[in-house]
Amino acid sequence: MAKDTPPRWDRRMQQRLARGEAAALGELYDRFASLVHSLAHRVLDDDAAADQITREVFGYIWENPDAYDPRQGNMRAWVARLTQRQAVHRLRLAEATAYAETGVGSAEELEQKVRRASVAARADYIVTSMPAPLRAALELAYFQRRDYRQTAADLGVTEDEARRRLRLGLQLLSTAHTRPFEGTSPPGHGRTP
Amino acid sequence: MTPADDGADGVARVPRIPGPRRSADDHADLTGRTPEEREPEEPVEEPDVPVLSHGVLKSLLGAWALSACSAGETAAVEAHLTECGPCADEALRLRDAVALLHRDRDLDLDPLLRSRVLENCLGRRPARIPIPGWVTPYDAETARLDALLRDIGESEWHAPVRLKWYEEDRPVRRKATVAGVIGHLFAVDGLVAGALGLDDPLGAGTPELSPSERTEAFWSGLERPPGRALREPWRDQSHALIRTVSFAGRGVADLTVTYKDFALPLRDSLLERAFECWLHADDIAHAVAYPYDPPCGAHLHEMIDLATRLLPAALAGRRRSGLAAPARQLVAAGAPGRSLHLEVEGAGGGHWYIALDSPAAVGDPDQAVAQVAMEGVEFCQLVAGRVSPEEAAAGQDGDREAIRDVLAAAASLSRL
Repeated sequence: MAKDTPPRWDRRMQQRLARGEAAALGELYDRFASLVHSLAHRVLDDDAAADQITREVFGYIWENPDAYDPRQGNMRAWVARLTQRQAVHRLRLAEATAYAETGVGSAEELEQKVRRASVAARADYIVTSMPAPLRAALELAYFQRRDYRQTAADLGVTEDEARRRLRLGLQLLSTAHTRPFEGTSPPGHGRTP
Repeated sequence: MTPADDGADGVARVPRIPGPRRSADDHADLTGRTPEEREPEEPVEEPDVPVLSHGVLKSLLGAWALSACSAGETAAVEAHLTECGPCADEALRLRDAVALLHRDRDLDLDPLLRSRVLENCLGRRPARIPIPGWVTPYDAETARLDALLRDIGESEWHAPVRLKWYEEDRPVRRKATVAGVIGHLFAVDGLVAGALGLDDPLGAGTPELSPSERTEAFWSGLERPPGRALREPWRDQSHALIRTVSFAGRGVADLTVTYKDFALPLRDSLLERAFECWLHADDIAHAVAYPYDPPCGAHLHEMIDLATRLLPAALAGRRRSGLAAPARQLVAAGAPGRSLHLEVEGAGGGHWYIALDSPAAVGDPDQAVAQVAMEGVEFCQLVAGRVSPEEAAAGQDGDREAIRDVLAAAASLSRL
């Protein structure tokens, strides 16, 4: 079977969803459910709430496949934006309810919390969407605590290249503070969900 | 890069920026101390600080932020940060970015969430091209296996898996790997794909082969040991099967799928593939020490039902080769005959009456000569050759010969 490139996959998926193909909905879920659930969990820190957001996001996409505009980026980034929006909306509601009930907290604290949660979710998204070689280098250096020379050896690249990847990976990650979700990872490098 | 070590003085300067984080935040600190306590207590030998060019220092910023350079390089970078504004800004940014790294927590995605989410969607907007109900066990099981595969590491694809089944009433074992098992599922699902006119993973013009022969052909055609790369073609094929069947219309359920030595209508064939998918997923989960649940009750019930429908013909085949006792009664086709009452307990359970003397006879509660009680999962493991007929029988009552023949016939349904 010919492998679909991401933009082609995105467009075909959109057409199939618009056509009302239940099989396409299943494939959409298989590709993006863990992204949606983990981003929602990062914002809300609660399994049941993340389940609910997952239900809402897929419900929305299934009912509104035409809301996706391929010119605005890839479908993965769109799904991430929808999730983020929905999860932050729910966080605000939950915090407002808690405030009404307990009187604890302030508008600034809420905004700070929302901002922290949004940055964390964007960071997760960036890590899962960054080119695989950069992610692999970060994985080794951070989670496996390898130094950059060991990282270079593990990856079979020069030490120069290992330093470059670690720096570039962190540079990408640091954009979580400033930029919204972007669907611009080079084709063929994105992680298969 | 070998840092030049020309004995630079290494005067300790106070860095403008606090040092980088030491470790991954979600690793347990076995010393029970907080990192703040640990840091200053470590007796640090004064490192030799290499003299490095600006370009090299800049290239080290990522490794520095991750605490992934040598002590000398760390000191050199930190000295540099006190005198270079742009590098200091970037160092600060990268160090903050490290704080955003976070372990994936995808393992927890509840496999039952999928059907709940999809149901909710279809309640909001009914599908114009639905997935036929008889395909849902295959859809659910392939999705569950795919979620498991997504969570396992590259090296786990090569973990050994011991495949088990029965041949001529004797247990057979064969060594494979996780990836090899996926190759097996891919090759045998390909038989169904072929029946639907989709591409055959063994290539166009492959002669009619049994599932085992297809698997051997696929394995021997691989140039090197299979790995993670098999996940995508296997998954693409299962998606293509589901999609094709959804579009094909009602009559396709009765399409004949030939397995060389036997044939099944497509609806049973995909149920059989769902069954195989679950049991091999269970083999894989076992090999990589992951938990794996049985299918939902409704799907398990369908799988048990299929096995009980296959049993009378299996019994007849064994009788012809002298492996089962001769028929006691002559039964007219379609008439009720001597039966074994199979009572399956637990999720997916129920009561089945298996005709003993002829595949053409109808199972009949009034002519039950024996009863066997078992858990649903255990019965499936028997049919899949994972447990022996001797191990499987829990509660038995009545004609011992009938019980022995039926349990042995159930095990004989297993294959590679």
